[in-house]
Amino acid sequence: MGYSSYLIRRVLLSVLVLLGLSILIFTIARVIPGDPARIALGPLASRGQIDALRQEMYLDRPIHVQYAYYLSGLLRGDFGESLYTHRPVTDDLRDLFPATLELVLYSGLIMVLLGVPLGVLAAYYRDTWVDNAVRLFSLGGVVTPAFVWAILLMLLFAHALAVLPVAGQFSASMTPPPQVTGLVTIDSLLDFNLGAYVDFLRHLILPAVSLALAGIAQAARLTRASMVDVAGRPYIEAARAFGFAEYRIALKYMLKPSMIPTMTILGLDFAALLGNAFLVEAVFNWPGIARYGVEVILRKDLNAIVAVVMIIGLFFVVINFLIDIAVGYLDPRIRLAHAEA
Amino acid sequence: MSTVAGTFRIARREGAARAWYAFSRNSTSVAGLIIVVVVVLWTAFAPWLTPFPRHARAFTDIEHANQPPGLPYLFGTDTIGRDIFTRVIFGYRFSLLLGLVVLSLAVPVGVALGLAAGYFRGWPETVIMRVTDVFLSIPPLALALAIMAVLEPNLQNAMLAVSVMWWPWYTRLVYSLVSSLRQEAYVQAAEVVGASPAHILLRELLPNCLPAILTKMTLDMAFVILIGSSLSYLGLGVQPPDPDLGTMVADGAKYMPDLWWISVFPGLGILLIVLGFNLFGDGLRDVFGVEV
Repeated sequence: MGYSSYLIRRVLLSVLVLLGLSILIFTIARVIPGDPARIALGPLASRGQIDALRQEMYLDRPIHVQYAYYLSGLLRGDFGESLYTHRPVTDDLRDLFPATLELVLYSGLIMVLLGVPLGVLAAYYRDTWVDNAVRLFSLGGVVTPAFVWAILLMLLFAHALAVLPVAGQFSASMTPPPQVTGLVTIDSLLDFNLGAYVDFLRHLILPAVSLALAGIAQAARLTRASMVDVAGRPYIEAARAFGFAEYRIALKYMLKPSMIPTMTILGLDFAALLGNAFLVEAVFNWPGIARYGVEVILRKDLNAIVAVVMIIGLFFVVINFLIDIAVGYLDPRIRLAHAEA
Repeated sequence: MSTVAGTFRIARREGAARAWYAFSRNSTSVAGLIIVVVVVLWTAFAPWLTPFPRHARAFTDIEHANQPPGLPYLFGTDTIGRDIFTRVIFGYRFSLLLGLVVLSLAVPVGVALGLAAGYFRGWPETVIMRVTDVFLSIPPLALALAIMAVLEPNLQNAMLAVSVMWWPWYTRLVYSLVSSLRQEAYVQAAEVVGASPAHILLRELLPNCLPAILTKMTLDMAFVILIGSSLSYLGLGVQPPDPDLGTMVADGAKYMPDLWWISVFPGLGILLIVLGFNLFGDGLRDVFGVEV
């Protein structure tokens, strides 16, 4: 009962956040100086054309009616047509979003798989050169923008050492695998095409690592801090008094409770990867939503902008929701607190 | 009365001396402070302290285009012959300006709302904190992009966009501080003797939140500069021919790897100033003993 009411509250909160975001974007879209219909049609349109489009965009109706139409469109996944590509925005996103999603997923994986162990190492070898090295690395990760990492890593690994491809999602000689999930690495595995899989992975490494570095740094810092915090607790002393091996104390009794505060922040970092993917995609010519997103912003293509922002918001909310579920599951205090309330 | 005030003044001066001593014991914090001071001064006197001040804006010298780093072009020149070193120093002006303007817009709003929500409770608390939650749950770059979407891309609008996404962090910080401070004896004493809410908020609560606010502002200079350079990098911030570090990195990225210096040095420039504010802020955090 406790856990399910916690879940229901989280779902309601997520819905509220998405609703808030939709209102915010709607408001922003309506306060622009100038007539959206005129902007859409350009300076050469006639009065009649503009009036027709105004009617089509419900601009002649009261503002709350406009919002209702806009919201029902969002709920049906219908964002209207892009003024830039002259295609339904949903189709554009279907073509471009999987590549970004794939980049972000691998990046998130790297963030957790490298960041958490680094933090564990730093806490385990606290105040030694290992700890200092991890701290220095973390500082570098936090203070360097993702696009600068991208350029530095590209210079080193793709140009100077020439061990990894410079740009793109796959080699020119490769044909994309038959589309099942839209994620090329997974599709190539489903197609049993190991060569293609390796090729895709090689193209993914540099963009995914550049994107992940800030998160790796953050994960390492947080894991170390909460491990050190937990290390001072009496039950760790007790475990040590029982003569448990140090590695076992570290991994079993310290890491698990340390993950609870760490996971919440990591969830935020993971969700933020989608925004930062904008910065990395451009450097590596990655066929994701970044260039489209920037282009539609510069062209004031409202339908497409709404879609891009909403999809970033949706991703953010979904990830945070999943993290909340996991944290609630891991942390008995949350379950019990809600059971009592 | 005057002796009491005098005692307080001496105590405050001693406190400041002790804080400086604690700060100066940490070599990385001092390094951060030095980086910040050097960059700020160098930038302020950029026209006298750079070799080619005319290169800061539109300027063409095709004969000396694409020079690799060396003398007299320390960081090399770009594709139209402008000195990268000069432009990096001038570029800091936009980064620092962005940081200062964003914080001076976002911090007062965020702090005022946080004070109100933490002290008054009831419906102001509910309304302010729920709105804050919604703002905090929107990914920062998405919000900035949404705002930039309807405005012309330039420095002022980038500042506005970043400010709109920044205030909720201060509201949350001050709110959590005030929620616990309002239980303190000196606040209750002020209430008992009939002090006005304005007095309690501004003279009792705000001064006790200042260390945390100042620390967060120092750390945030770093993050605001990062976000600002990201917006410029995407072409949504400072527009050419003005030199901005993010824009310069983006320009140079087109000529990789042959003209690597065009992006690498401005990129390292961003790293340096962000590092400086970060280390400086970490030092303040340790000295003030605050969580931000």
